[in-house]
Amino acid sequence: MAQNIIIPHVSRIEGHAKIAIHLNDAGEVDSAQLHVTQVRGFEKFTEGRPYYEMPSITARICGICPVSHLLASSKACDAIMAVRIPPAAKLLRELLHCAQFVQSHALSFFHLSAPDLLLGMDSDPAERNILGVLEQHPELARDGIALRKFGQLAIERLAGERVHPAWVVPGGVHAPLRSDLRDAILGELPIARSIVRRTLQMFKGVLDGFKAEIDSFDNEPTAYAGLVTRENSMHWYDGAVAFIDENGAPLARFEDPGEYSNYIGEAAVPFSYLKAPYFIPRGYPAGIYRVGPLARLNVAETCGTPLADAELAEYRQRAGHPAQSAFYFHYARLIEALRGVERMEMLLQHPDILSTHIRARAQVNCLEGTGIIEAPRGLLIHHYQVNEAGAIVKANLIVATGHNNLAMNHAVEQVAKRFVKGAKIEEGMLNRVSAVVRAFDPCLSCSTHALGQPALQIDLLSPQGELLDRVAN
Amino acid sequence: MPNMISLRIDGELVRVEEGHTIFQAAEAAGKQIPGLCQMKGLSPVGACRLCVVELAGVNRLLPSCTTPAQEGMSVTTQSARIKSYRRMIVELLLAERNHICAVCVSNNHCELQALAMKLGVTHVRYTYAYRSFPVDTSHPRFVLDHNRCIVCTRCVRVCAEMEGAHVWDVMGRGVGSRLVCELNRSWGQASSCTGCGKCVQVCPTGALAEKGCAVEEMIKRGQSISRLAETRGGVL
Repeated sequence: MAQNIIIPHVSRIEGHAKIAIHLNDAGEVDSAQLHVTQVRGFEKFTEGRPYYEMPSITARICGICPVSHLLASSKACDAIMAVRIPPAAKLLRELLHCAQFVQSHALSFFHLSAPDLLLGMDSDPAERNILGVLEQHPELARDGIALRKFGQLAIERLAGERVHPAWVVPGGVHAPLRSDLRDAILGELPIARSIVRRTLQMFKGVLDGFKAEIDSFDNEPTAYAGLVTRENSMHWYDGAVAFIDENGAPLARFEDPGEYSNYIGEAAVPFSYLKAPYFIPRGYPAGIYRVGPLARLNVAETCGTPLADAELAEYRQRAGHPAQSAFYFHYARLIEALRGVERMEMLLQHPDILSTHIRARAQVNCLEGTGIIEAPRGLLIHHYQVNEAGAIVKANLIVATGHNNLAMNHAVEQVAKRFVKGAKIEEGMLNRVSAVVRAFDPCLSCSTHALGQPALQIDLLSPQGELLDRVAN
Repeated sequence: MPNMISLRIDGELVRVEEGHTIFQAAEAAGKQIPGLCQMKGLSPVGACRLCVVELAGVNRLLPSCTTPAQEGMSVTTQSARIKSYRRMIVELLLAERNHICAVCVSNNHCELQALAMKLGVTHVRYTYAYRSFPVDTSHPRFVLDHNRCIVCTRCVRVCAEMEGAHVWDVMGRGVGSRLVCELNRSWGQASSCTGCGKCVQVCPTGALAEKGCAVEEMIKRGQSISRLAETRGGVL
């Protein structure tokens, strides 16, 4: 008899989701879906607010990547004010962003995914967490904590607070960087760099042990999107949005953020509060594309920093170009963490970084503004429309996890087909399905802009919709 | 030579000029009584009731900002009963409208927030009203957010008494009270507003703010309004 499997809570992700696996009469996986189960409504309740409050309001969408929302929102506000922010403000914003990349990637790799990678997908779930890693690989766990702390401390030194700082404002930043704080961050950089480098060495050592996962973690080719400079180098704060196809050939490119709606459509799906963005020229659902570390390393030709570029060359030898398996998200994330540390050093040594000219002031000069940046999980778009008095008339946010929604559903189905057999859920099977979601490092609280319930569940359902098994992970 | 009177405040003998309020007498004696509607230089109205004190021989609490000091009074400004009432008032103010400090332009520079912290308001015991209030962004330089207004009427008084424009007033009653500009027009259309910004500077919360101030950036200069009143000889 056909059945359904539900994973009710996916753990070690940011936000909450459940997975439903539908089995056919032969007991094989027919289809699988990722359900994001909450809605928060930021786009609605910000209507009527003054536009310049949006950076701090939308930053509350997330506690992991508030800096990304602050920056995308501030860029949208810059566009509404029609100002070109001072060079130092741009450098400081990018510096803050790099610090967030380092801490966010450290969180994803060490705290959320390392338990699967180091302790094994089939290990006891009670121990498959950061504490289990701390017991069996104490050096690595300490490295992870230290690297995240480095990023968080840098954010605090720049912006005054580690989470939800109000330092980034429309037109620039609120206060200049003090030289003693610059020196303090510079002093901690070498340790952070060596942590990322030895973690990369370790990861490359264990990579071959994950052949089954590499082959089954959503390795179906898709298009990719990411921000690049004019020279096609990776950029996280500014640049053109570039789409490439599954073979790496250019699909589209636009410099003006306001053009995003010509390329990115948003489909609503009945089983999830998370909308499904798609690449308009290819239609829905054929316009599936991925964003995030994997996509950025596929879209950009270089990382723009020497050590990360050397790692990128090796990565391309191992993973191919473009790399397709979602398992390589982990690898790409580590290379990006290295780029983040290197880029921070470049920015801190820039002659303008201590400049006190950090803010442009203006009133509403355009009734519409769009800000696009690369958040740690991928492209983040904030699009606002205001009235002439500066009150928000309409807000549209497309976050990284949203872009990956179609791909994540695809990935869950592919992994379920490979690992789920029969109506009873085995722990390792369940975890592989959850782990593929984790590889994307989804931030579901961001993507639904959602209030919380416990994390992820898998349900096994019959064709009649009858619940046969349920496991919370 | 003004007549002087004597009274006891928290047991201490205080001599003040006749005509002073208990609030002013306590201030002259170096005692701090909280108040969100009271402001030096503006006439007292007793709107917020946070300055309540106990008076020997009187069972109910009295607002010190509008109660005249009298010969022989014995006043208590701090007690467990007074503190519980003050705390209750602050909680009711927080529950009545949408005071979300984290995303407020006056965060860390707000008199309501500072008082809540001083009184140890770690949570609100009453159900939040969650009423929807508009934000008036129509003025080119200032913004009025009713969500953050506690209807203290400092803005009403400073505009009428010091600027002489009387742009602001209050409409409705009780929890339905709301600040109105002229005869309920949007601020940007107000023909009597001189754009002086005094109302913004005296506002104890983020309800009235300068346009363009991002979160945490609105720092009020209420003391300069009090000094201005003093130099004009208007301080009571």
